[in-house]
Amino acid sequence: MYKYVIKRVLFSIPVLLGAIFMVFTIMYFSPGDPGSIILGMTAKKADIAALNHQLGVDRPFFVQFFSYLKNMLHGDFGVSYRNQRPVFEEIINRFPNTFILAFWSMILSTIVGTVFGIISAVRQYSVLDTTLTTIAMFLSAFPGFWLGLMLMLVFSLHLGWLPSSGIDSWKSYVLPVLTLTLGGSAPTMRLTRATILETIRADYIRTARSKGAPEKVVVWKHALKNALLPLVTSLGMGFGASLGGAVIIETVFGMPGLGRLTVTAIREQDTPTVMAATLFLAVLFLAIMLLVDILYAYIDPRIKAKYKS
Amino acid sequence: MDNNTAAVKAEVPQTPQKKKSKKNRQGKEIWRRYKKSTPAMIGFWLMIIVIAMAVFADVICPYSDCIKQDIMNRLQGPSMAHWFGTDEYGRDEFARIVHGSRSSLWIGVSSSVFSMAIGGFLGAIAAYYGKAVDNIIMRITDVVMTVPPILLSLAVVAALGASMTNLLIALTVSCTPGMIRLVRSVVIGLTDEEYVEAAKSYGASDLRIIFRYIVPNAMGPIIVTLTMNIASMILSASGLSYLGMGIQPPSPEWGSLLSDAESFMFTAPYLLYFPGIFIVIAALSFNLVGDGISDAFDPKLKD
Repeated sequence: MYKYVIKRVLFSIPVLLGAIFMVFTIMYFSPGDPGSIILGMTAKKADIAALNHQLGVDRPFFVQFFSYLKNMLHGDFGVSYRNQRPVFEEIINRFPNTFILAFWSMILSTIVGTVFGIISAVRQYSVLDTTLTTIAMFLSAFPGFWLGLMLMLVFSLHLGWLPSSGIDSWKSYVLPVLTLTLGGSAPTMRLTRATILETIRADYIRTARSKGAPEKVVVWKHALKNALLPLVTSLGMGFGASLGGAVIIETVFGMPGLGRLTVTAIREQDTPTVMAATLFLAVLFLAIMLLVDILYAYIDPRIKAKYKS
Repeated sequence: MDNNTAAVKAEVPQTPQKKKSKKNRQGKEIWRRYKKSTPAMIGFWLMIIVIAMAVFADVICPYSDCIKQDIMNRLQGPSMAHWFGTDEYGRDEFARIVHGSRSSLWIGVSSSVFSMAIGGFLGAIAAYYGKAVDNIIMRITDVVMTVPPILLSLAVVAALGASMTNLLIALTVSCTPGMIRLVRSVVIGLTDEEYVEAAKSYGASDLRIIFRYIVPNAMGPIIVTLTMNIASMILSASGLSYLGMGIQPPSPEWGSLLSDAESFMFTAPYLLYFPGIFIVIAALSFNLVGDGISDAFDPKLKD
């Protein structure tokens, strides 16, 4: 088992380096040079050139990339073009907000999606099943930010139960988490339903039934155990979707998280901040996917057996 | 040997005709199965309505209606004159939504089609050649997939600048890796088929084998994913436009209509309802169609 874990961790290093390279390359083509962004339009050309030289952005692409990589390993992500403060500080301050948002919506949407998916599959073609699948169908066609705006309209503006923006207490998280959960549970539910329906038709389920096992045992013990495997993978994807969703939802609810930081930084052409925030989210996603893969190996006896020796 | 090649050659000209009639029959069969599902048909008609709205936008109401400002009538609720009310500049919201469908739909459809073309090509090549080619393409795909799609699109738009074309590029980039993976997995299952071996044995070129024999047989899942992608690209495009990363004003687009409406939540909530409802209808229709096609293609569900 250790072998598998070590192998998986080692494999993610080049992917991580590749991701850093990709984000760096995309950002390299950002419009505007830092000198004129920092000093403003009225600055002298010579001053701008001097500042650009000082920041090192006039060096060749690969020199810049490797120096960025080197600084990054020392926890230095550069300074923001807007307020000249280290980008890393800003990111660490905002990171918990995004993490809480993405984490809770991942957990809740997995629970909601799995439970309703099982109910739907077990009662296939019943009224309940039709209702649930219809709701899931609609939910997956909802743009997350619009759902957020609608919830805000009802629960903050009309009923006044929950705050509509900022972070004051746990209450501020309710609407954003609810928005992401509703959006995220729909695909999980559809996947669970499909997997369970497929599993139910498998030979070992027929065997279980024919040997006289009660229906409950068949569904919860035999079917679910096997249907769970693809669901674990969807857990990781769900976290990715929540992270992506958080980028927009944070803007809707005015939450000071990484997503909103990215959006504002893009508007202000603050390249170091955009780059660092994007990288941070990518690394987080990669780490979660790694965890999910390792978890997967622990519950899938086939992988376990392969690395037993 | 000579006889064999001659026989094969003699048969070759006939195949296209035969294939065509077979394809037609297959298409008819799939359509027959598709028609039986009510949700799929609802999706089909909704899709036709949404597409018609985009195609005939100028017939439904002139473009001038959605940029003509009328400050005296700003933020009027829905009425006979303005079905969906008017916005902050007194522009007709109905006209803006109808014309907005053009950009929303265009971006959704074209980014999905482009990513299908690129992803299909790379995926097929990776699967067909395997080894180093496969490794290179798939490792790059892995890397691109580490960044959540919306964030990747945002980064690309940030680098290129906010405009409709750049939004299109950004969405295509974020959508392609999934397509590569899908096509690769489908094609890998097909490369060992007998008809592929047969084509190889009479000396068909690799490209011909891939695009003439493998890709058509992989079309089912590709079309399903394409339709589903259109829905999710419409959603992503509206999200990015909402953030101000898409189409620039005064051109209407569903996402940016919503971001304009946000400031008038109290006074004019209807401005929030209608664009959202249309996004949902558009995405829903393509999802339903995708589901319908998927079921129609599924041999297990054959009656």
